[in-house]
Amino acid sequence: SQTKKSLFSDPRSVWFISSPSCVMFLWHTVKWADSLLIFITFSVRSQDIRNTVGNIPMEWYKDYPHIGYDLEGKKIFKPIRNKDELDEFLDKMENPDYWRTVQDKMTGADIRLSDEQVDLVHRLQQGKFGDVNFNEYEPAIDFFSNEVMIHPVTNRPQDKRSFIPSLIEKEKVGKLVHAIKMGWIKPHRPKETTPQYYDLWAKEDPNSILGRHKMHIPAPKMKLPGHEESYNPPPEYLMSEEERLAWEQQDPEYRKLSFLPQKFACLRAVPAYSRFIHERFERCLDLYLCPRQRKMRVNVNPEDLIPKLPKPKDLQPFPTTQSLVYRGHSSLVRSISISPSGQWLVSGSDDCTVRFWEVSTARCLKTVEVGGAVKGVAWNPNPSICLVAVSYDDTVVLLNPGLGDRLVCTATDQLISSYEEPEEVKDQPVQWAVAEGEGHEQGHRLILKHPKAVRQVTWHGKGDYLACVMPDNGNSLQVVIHQVSKRRTQNPFRKNKGLVQCVSFHPIRPYFFVATQRYVRVYNLIKQELTKKLMANCKWISSMAIHPGGDNVICGSYDCRLAWFDLDLSTKPYKVLRHHKKALRSVAYHRHYPLFASGSDDGNVIVCHGMVYNDLLQNPLIVPVKVLKGHTITHDLGVLDVTFHPTQPWVFSSGADGTVCLFT
Amino acid sequence: MGGLQKKKYESGSVTNYVSRNKQNKAFHLFEITDVYTVSICELIHASHRRLCILKGIYPHEPKHKKKVNKGSTAPRTFYLLKDIRFLLHEPIVGKFREYKIFVRKLRKAYGKAEWSGVQRMKENKPAYKLDHIIKERYPTFIDAVRDVDDALSMSFLFSTFARTGKCHVQTIQLCRRLSVEWMNYIIASRSLRKVFLSIKGIYYQAEVLGQTITWIIPYQFAHDHPTDVDYRVMATFTELYTTLLGFVNFRLYQTLNLVYPPKLDGQGEFSLKSECEEDYALESESYSEKLSALSASLARTVPLVEDEEAELDLFPAEGEDLEKMEAREKIELEQNEQKKLFEGLKLFLNREVPRESLAFVIRCFGGQVSWDKSLCIGSTYDETDETITHHIVDRPTIDKQYINRYYIQPQWVYDCVNGKILLPVEEYFLGVTLPPHLSPFVEESEGDYVPPEKLKLQALQRGEKPQAEDDEEEEEEEEEDDDDEDDQSEDEDEANLAEMEEKRAQGKSLSVKVTPGKVKPENRMRAEQEEKAEEKRLAIMMMKKKEKYLYDKIMFGKKRHVREANKLAAKRKAHDDSNKADKKKKKKKKC
Repeated sequence: SQTKKSLFSDPRSVWFISSPSCVMFLWHTVKWADSLLIFITFSVRSQDIRNTVGNIPMEWYKDYPHIGYDLEGKKIFKPIRNKDELDEFLDKMENPDYWRTVQDKMTGADIRLSDEQVDLVHRLQQGKFGDVNFNEYEPAIDFFSNEVMIHPVTNRPQDKRSFIPSLIEKEKVGKLVHAIKMGWIKPHRPKETTPQYYDLWAKEDPNSILGRHKMHIPAPKMKLPGHEESYNPPPEYLMSEEERLAWEQQDPEYRKLSFLPQKFACLRAVPAYSRFIHERFERCLDLYLCPRQRKMRVNVNPEDLIPKLPKPKDLQPFPTTQSLVYRGHSSLVRSISISPSGQWLVSGSDDCTVRFWEVSTARCLKTVEVGGAVKGVAWNPNPSICLVAVSYDDTVVLLNPGLGDRLVCTATDQLISSYEEPEEVKDQPVQWAVAEGEGHEQGHRLILKHPKAVRQVTWHGKGDYLACVMPDNGNSLQVVIHQVSKRRTQNPFRKNKGLVQCVSFHPIRPYFFVATQRYVRVYNLIKQELTKKLMANCKWISSMAIHPGGDNVICGSYDCRLAWFDLDLSTKPYKVLRHHKKALRSVAYHRHYPLFASGSDDGNVIVCHGMVYNDLLQNPLIVPVKVLKGHTITHDLGVLDVTFHPTQPWVFSSGADGTVCLFT
Repeated sequence: MGGLQKKKYESGSVTNYVSRNKQNKAFHLFEITDVYTVSICELIHASHRRLCILKGIYPHEPKHKKKVNKGSTAPRTFYLLKDIRFLLHEPIVGKFREYKIFVRKLRKAYGKAEWSGVQRMKENKPAYKLDHIIKERYPTFIDAVRDVDDALSMSFLFSTFARTGKCHVQTIQLCRRLSVEWMNYIIASRSLRKVFLSIKGIYYQAEVLGQTITWIIPYQFAHDHPTDVDYRVMATFTELYTTLLGFVNFRLYQTLNLVYPPKLDGQGEFSLKSECEEDYALESESYSEKLSALSASLARTVPLVEDEEAELDLFPAEGEDLEKMEAREKIELEQNEQKKLFEGLKLFLNREVPRESLAFVIRCFGGQVSWDKSLCIGSTYDETDETITHHIVDRPTIDKQYINRYYIQPQWVYDCVNGKILLPVEEYFLGVTLPPHLSPFVEESEGDYVPPEKLKLQALQRGEKPQAEDDEEEEEEEEEDDDDEDDQSEDEDEANLAEMEEKRAQGKSLSVKVTPGKVKPENRMRAEQEEKAEEKRLAIMMMKKKEKYLYDKIMFGKKRHVREANKLAAKRKAHDDSNKADKKKKKKKKC
């Protein structure tokens, strides 16, 4: 910058430079300066000496109205420039010298270049010398030539290295030679002689099929396109507006079609498919990144999966149609029981009544009111006694309905009245009382006051013993067994083994079944010990029934299952049936026929054929034979109790709609 | 109880697999001696990927994923350890390393401006071949043919790329060459079977040596290259595929006694040369162009004997009865006839139709085809030729029409091929709304929805005359009714039951008197059916849990299938009805 300044401090000096080397120097300087324009302006400034600030970046004065100061210290103002675009344009159009007018950045003035200056610019642009008179092609004088002069230009003796071979080159050559010797460098790789393609499989060697080829899982071929991919598909394959919207909103991964079906009037109108490369790329990724696995496709005829069972027709008799409806109760009928003769039916309901019906006519013969919602009723199975146990609240009442054979009724009454108080009165958990007055007229005979609410009553097959269930989690007194003839009560269990759901006597042997929430325990009453504990595999047992043979038990549960236990086989269910859609409320066996029924909250009674063979090796045969519908579902409750007729293949069911149905 | 305690996940199936991360580590150990400059991770990934692609190694899904994954259930990809060991023994790994070194040296030489060195290195650029890999992956030729689908699609795609940017020009040229060779082979062997114009591109299906091979060609447009596609992966695949396709082509040409690389037949060549030699500067280029014009037949090593193929003696295979054999014979006959579908026809392509595709298809079925001389090299006759039978045009009208030829839209050619017969041309005239173009790949099984156009085509194939449309529609309606019947019957039952119950209830509440009931006519068939249905329902109740699940799944699938078919049928019906209504309206207006 210093030299530049000094050189240009006197602009006229440019014109006095004549020797070529100086011009060259000037030229380089010019190249080195900001632009060619600066050079011109300097040369032009011979007429204008207003720039007093020197060669400084002019943007320093950008925001000022002046540039520098004169000798008196006054500001030198910039020429006023108020031309707008339009003026500029007009000027360009009209002024013939516009093209040779340049702005001097140093002073801000417009300068018109003279002819010589324009000529100079042209010559410099063409890469010629600035001076017109300079001859580039003057004859050259060869100072260093091959001719040995008498008076050499320099008299310096030659270097040694100028006449001995170069060491560096030798080293390099040596390296190359070594590399060639070692075969690292090959002057030319020999051309491949084999053609690019030839008969690769000319010799097919069966031995080349290795184990890995057998293990190889070939990639599945790409799916072939369907009608919807056509450029002109049938109209039914095009998407409707809603389908299209749904398609667009779906995640691309879950779309069934990866594209929108479209219809074009002609082949010419079909555009390029924008995802073509994508699809090929995805295929590539699938080929080398997707895990492969041989999957055996299940090719099963669904009909073959259905088990071959004997036809229900061949398993008759079983109840098929709803033949009678016993109406009269105003609330849900929780429990029903049938007399051993099969002529009478007793039902206990939440409307605090117990009704007695004639089975064959559906006539209500008797209505007995009790002091609470009836939880359970049980007809004494002994045909020589006419007695019904009814449980409500914490009371169990033994009723003599006075139906049927009068002799039997009076005999029952006599049996009860003939009781004699024992000499030493034991302290009993239950109070026995004889009904008197109005109660007696209605049929009440004995009233047993329990400490807690009684849920279920059940008779022993002989009709003397009566078991009551008082579910209570915190007490050992959950089950009591009464002996009616001696008016004695005993608590068989000392320990609480869980919430007791229901109990049952073995029909033949002195066994006692107690179903808690998840297990059924079988006690030997004589030995007073636990013989078996059945695992029901369900969450909450609701009901239980013992096969008249005594070796099979079914358990209904609130989680829709019915478990069939074969006591000889295992303590786990022989079969679990999930026929019902809702909780099972009650299960029952038929006394003679190989039938059992289950009632559920879904309002259905399902009757199954459950054949137990005498041959111990043959497993019981279970076939569902009929789904009986007859009850309407009220308050999410359907069938509450089912029971079979003692002799006929009929089933009774009581429902939450206040009716009892007979299916024959 | 003695000895060392057994550790979990150190024996058994876990030892057979290696996860992707682990595998990369294995590569790491293997390669670490040579890796200096390039980022280790990247190099491993890239070379591993390339090897996996070339050698056809893919991950496996282990049988017991949790065991293999050492108790974890996290999603992880597993390779067979055996496969990875197999990869490491591949000689091409050494070649890759050589190439890597070459690149490094070259970069160094560039940096030092050693131009002679650069020159020398470039001359000695290490090259590798994939021949042995192809041989190893496909020990027999038929294996290779079976796997040629993807190779074809890829090769055809790459051959449509512009010669800038995305991949090497040589690759594109090679792909083009190979795909043209393939097409020429298909023409020579007349093995094309099906063609389908989809919105994605044109699907072709050929039967080569008993293998069905399907490939897709995109429509002729410039691609806008997506940014989220890794072209290096595609290039690696293409490298493999071009090698495979080249060898397959060679062998296929050999089987037909054709010269490889393909040469045009002598007679055709002269005529071509005389016509348009001046248009093309480079001899080699013009030759490949002529090949790709697909209009001339190829030269053979052994002159073709004009005789028909000798009648094959039929040896019934054991256990195959006469009927089957006859059926096979019939199919063969049909195929032979299909091969000569366009024989004797002379077609001319207007300039707006896809020339290559049409020329390919027409030549595959023995037709003669030509186009405007200015459109492409290789045209054999002019538009003015009087013997032209069909002129394929894809515009609404054409100014100058010749009397003795049909002017039809290109879909006719494709539909004829798929239908295996020459379809009536009326529906394909210019300006006519085209009938739908159906996919030839769909084979309807029982219970599937069959579009009415397909039924019509089948009738045509059987040689029946096209019936009046109304009949078909009636048939359809009947079918639909059948479907609905079951649902209706169930509904009816329920309704009946409800009614009966109501009646019963009313009867009880209103009066006690008994009215004589009407005897219901007992439908014995119905009762029987109901009984059977109930039997089935009860049997289903007794199913085991596992089987029930399977059964439910199957039935669900079946029902969905039926639902979909019904939906399509309903849609079609609605569409036809609306069309009819429109027509009626128009008629009324006219009146």
